[in-house]
Amino acid sequence: MNFLSDPVPFLTNWLNGLLAGWGLPTVLVHLISYVIGGGILATGAMLLVLFLIWLERKLIGRIQDRLGPNRVGPYGLFQTLADMLKIFIKEHITPEGADKVPYELGPVLSVAAVLMVWAVLPFASSTRGTDLSVGLLFIFAVGSIGELAVILAGWGSNNKYALLGAFRAVALLISYSIPMLIVLLVPVMFAGSLSLNDLVLKQTVWYIVLAPVPALIFFISSVAEVGRSPFDLTEAESEIVSGFNIEYSGLKFGMFYVADFLHAFTISLIFSTIFLGGWRGPGAVQIPILGFVYYLIKTSVVYFLVVLMRGTLPRLRIDQMNNINWKFLTPFSLISVMVFALAAKAFPGSLRGHVLVLLSANALILALMLWAMNWFSAHRKRPVVVSHRRHEIVPNKDVSA
Amino acid sequence: MTPMHIVFLIVAAVTLFAAGMVVTTRPLMHSALWLILTLGGVAVLFAMLDASFFAVVQVLVYIGAIAILVIFAIMLTRHIAEDTSPQHNKGWWLPLVGMVVLFVGIVVGLSQWSGFETPLPVLPAEANNLVLFGQALTSPDSYVIPFEVASILLLAALMGAIYLGTEGKRGKK
Repeated sequence: MNFLSDPVPFLTNWLNGLLAGWGLPTVLVHLISYVIGGGILATGAMLLVLFLIWLERKLIGRIQDRLGPNRVGPYGLFQTLADMLKIFIKEHITPEGADKVPYELGPVLSVAAVLMVWAVLPFASSTRGTDLSVGLLFIFAVGSIGELAVILAGWGSNNKYALLGAFRAVALLISYSIPMLIVLLVPVMFAGSLSLNDLVLKQTVWYIVLAPVPALIFFISSVAEVGRSPFDLTEAESEIVSGFNIEYSGLKFGMFYVADFLHAFTISLIFSTIFLGGWRGPGAVQIPILGFVYYLIKTSVVYFLVVLMRGTLPRLRIDQMNNINWKFLTPFSLISVMVFALAAKAFPGSLRGHVLVLLSANALILALMLWAMNWFSAHRKRPVVVSHRRHEIVPNKDVSA
Repeated sequence: MTPMHIVFLIVAAVTLFAAGMVVTTRPLMHSALWLILTLGGVAVLFAMLDASFFAVVQVLVYIGAIAILVIFAIMLTRHIAEDTSPQHNKGWWLPLVGMVVLFVGIVVGLSQWSGFETPLPVLPAEANNLVLFGQALTSPDSYVIPFEVASILLLAALMGAIYLGTEGKRGKK
């Protein structure tokens, strides 16, 4: 391997050789290279957020037929830097009576929960943080630490509105975890393993082709998990006074903000890994850096979709969100798992026959979904606001003719 | 003292300290948070035993669902702004005696166990472990019956929760 086609293992081997040459024991060499790798990954992710915030503001501006930031630097590229400096120098105001430890831990755990996901994602055929055999479940376990961070933030703020906002946010997050985890059984059934590296390696045909309906359910649940529009009632300024992060100022609020944007990018990464084939593409195995480029392209497409949803769809109410989850996504995720268990295992055979059988199973579930949506909207109770009565104009008797 | 021993001692000390703080700290919300640290310590112990699936599921289920449910229950059912009632009642010496007897009994029993010197068996490759675990849970001559009984238990709990939750609506009808 040379530097150009395979930079990360090249550098890792060079560093390990250097450290071992200095006489350090192997365990310490590995520990140091893990720490450096983790540091580089986390720093890279945080620096990426600067670019992501600018990108999102520009995209939403264009969706809304305006320019977006364009003053600070060419095309407004340094706008995020200016915002960052502003947030750094703001005063940290701790509310009186706030519980110190939960209050301080909230933003930290929020960002940590998102950054820990980056440790198990396979970025190229030879580059990943670590290859856990339960990588997929690990991603959602650290997602639940993010939910914990929301509760800590809401409780530690000593503010009724923050507490209520935190309750609603966590209820939402826990509810939407259920269809997400159930529907993930379908790619795991196809690949036969929970490890993300195995999931990518087994995707000779992308799983979004084999299972578009579970991909759709996973995508919707992921967007709800991040708390993005249209599911952003937990943090919108007009709802419940901006939710659980109301009492945070300065860099602590900046950390919540960073966690939000990084989480949106991270779910795009996860979706590309599981359903779009990760780093797979022509020539990705021989030239690993090409795999990384493919991965970035696929993730950018999904991220663009997420931003498009944010810019175009109106916010949902909490009862609409609960309805969607419990009456629509969860039953259909269970139905999908049952249908795919039958279709994937009962008809093994040639690849093309396999794909056709699965696609027809998908079409069946999709038809069922559309019928269910029709049924729901036809039978929705529409409250009577004004009774249908003819209004007559009665002349005032006191007006003298 | 291998590094694993040192790590185990640190993790066990943190877990035990957190468990102690769960029952002694006065604000109820802090008890819940110390409980989360205890459960996290147990998850780390699972990971040290090469049981990665259990470590992850411990975090996902215990911390991500059960602890959050405990916090919800605390916040929705008590006025916990100021807890000024005493933390123990008059008969506090009786559980103390029982606890000391139990502790001495366990220590004496464990000190005669020969398992401390046996080294841990090296488990095969991790991915195989997961497949073996799945097969153990679903194969008829393994543990499928306890698995199904546990799911029936969960179904009964779910039905009970729905019944309790819709009590108001049924009363009105």
